[in-house]
Amino acid sequence: MAAATTSEVNNKILKEQKEIRRENLLTNSRLMIGFLGFVFIVLCAVLIPMFSSVDPNEMEISARLTPPSLHHIFGTDEFGRDLFIRVLYGARVSLCVSSLVAVLSAIIGTIIGIYASFFKLLDHILMRICDGLIAIPGMLLAIALMAAFGNTSWTVVVALTIVYTPSVARMVRASALVTKEQTFVEAAKVQGASNVRILCKLIFPSVISPLIVQASFIFAQSIIAEASLSFLGAGIPAPAASWGNILQASKTVLTKAPWTAVFPGIIVILCVLCLNLLGDGLRDYLDPHMIGRRKSK
Amino acid sequence: MTKPLLEIKNLKKQYPIYGPMGKMFRPKTHMNAVAGLSLEIHEKETYGLVGESGCGKSTTGRSIVKLVTPDEGEILYQGSDLLKLSNREYKPLCRDLQMIFQDSLSSMNPRQRIGQILEEPLIIHEMGDADERRRQVMEILTKVGLSEEYFFRYPHELSGGQVQRLGIARALIIKPKLIICDEPVSALDVSIQAQILNTLTSLQKEMDLSLLFISHDIGVVRYISKRIGVMYLGTLVEEADTEELFANTLHPYTKALLASVPDFSVAKKREVVLKGEQPVRTDEFRGCVFHTRCPYATEKCKTEQPELREIAPGHKAACHLCEGAGNA
Repeated sequence: MAAATTSEVNNKILKEQKEIRRENLLTNSRLMIGFLGFVFIVLCAVLIPMFSSVDPNEMEISARLTPPSLHHIFGTDEFGRDLFIRVLYGARVSLCVSSLVAVLSAIIGTIIGIYASFFKLLDHILMRICDGLIAIPGMLLAIALMAAFGNTSWTVVVALTIVYTPSVARMVRASALVTKEQTFVEAAKVQGASNVRILCKLIFPSVISPLIVQASFIFAQSIIAEASLSFLGAGIPAPAASWGNILQASKTVLTKAPWTAVFPGIIVILCVLCLNLLGDGLRDYLDPHMIGRRKSK
Repeated sequence: MTKPLLEIKNLKKQYPIYGPMGKMFRPKTHMNAVAGLSLEIHEKETYGLVGESGCGKSTTGRSIVKLVTPDEGEILYQGSDLLKLSNREYKPLCRDLQMIFQDSLSSMNPRQRIGQILEEPLIIHEMGDADERRRQVMEILTKVGLSEEYFFRYPHELSGGQVQRLGIARALIIKPKLIICDEPVSALDVSIQAQILNTLTSLQKEMDLSLLFISHDIGVVRYISKRIGVMYLGTLVEEADTEELFANTLHPYTKALLASVPDFSVAKKREVVLKGEQPVRTDEFRGCVFHTRCPYATEKCKTEQPELREIAPGHKAACHLCEGAGNA
């Protein structure tokens, strides 16, 4: 009898925790807006080109630089290509490149950061290399790497990954070092937990939430960085659409046809905004002290 | 006298103090946190280690569970020197040696439920299958006075006293022989302190535990300990059974500690009142550790360090003045 009531109470607690978790998720407006907005952009980029017969590289010389209309929602560029469909194709390239950059730099940065936090000698070597990389302005470094390896989508990915990895490594190392000094890690040591266990069960989980946040910011930053690289002519090579080279192409006709810059620009801004909101919201949601607790506001 | 469960012999731990150029040069001197401390803890006994903050009592406790690596000395547990063991050899022994932290909340993994936290030591030491572990967790929860309903809660949902109970439960679940309690009640209200201390003593009787009770609060230590060691600047200055220590206080520092406890029952004479701060025990430090603050300090006290000597049976003190008193 007593056991039954206990398990009933426990079930109630579990159910309540689940509810609170869902409530915290749904009331986290930044997380929801960022997530939904970003998913919307991704879905548009994936689905609309699939069902549309318009070729992003088809030139319609008679319709050069037409302003936005029902036929061309974002207008056309100086070759008469439909801007809306080009922005969507550009989104595919830009989002692929920046998500790859975010994932790769997160993985490599985590490995470097965790190793550095565990071995003192390695720490000095790795962190000095990272310092060196951080000291060079990111864009300059990326342009130099592009110049060295040539313009392809892959070199953009590699260059941006090299630019962003040190910051991830530094952040991971810092939060691993902080966690290592915490009492609950000491308590685990007293219990006889092995280093591997401490690493997997205590240090890695506490690194993960700042890492996800950082990765979402890197995602946003590398969208801009890719666009800037293409704008400077060091990015994804011309006929392929990317947000950067659409904007670059608009540079020469900016006064005659401002829509060629305005619409792609707005999309880039919205996408980056959504990702930043997503990162911000995730940081609140993943705070361990918020587990099973209602947000007080 | 039976063989002690744990014996600390001449424990030393120093931390470097660097000059203005930092770690570029060799350390200027050292801060001797623990300087030649020896003590014995017997089975089922509570040994109280009392002293001001910064006197090295926590360092002593933490060296037993290998959170601090001492520079010198021996820590003998059932005959084997813990400091010489490799991590692999130490692991089976750490089942017997557990610790309760001052801030129990921060000693809990914030991402785990209470059930998981308590299960963790059982998993590490591969004790029982899932059902058996769960049964043990439930058992220990009720034993420390938390109900089974807390199984799925998170530690930050508990109150201070409850978290401390959880800390006790986690230390006890693998059935250790010695528990190091590092200021386990200092962060709690007085009424809760009493409850936790009572839980601790009743569990001690039930499970045949020895306790090393570290605290700065001599009142709490007096309540719980059978034997008390008074620590100052990294060494014991006085050690005796609780009743003996309070009835027949020898060392001026212990007198000062007792005088610092507010007491309304008897208007007692405050012989020694502590003034100033405790000095840093650098390598150059000479003489009796207490001579800078002792009202009775003589020239001899400033130059020669008194040894911890047995002055009455079972009552040791390190003071030049007491030696004379003892012999007379």
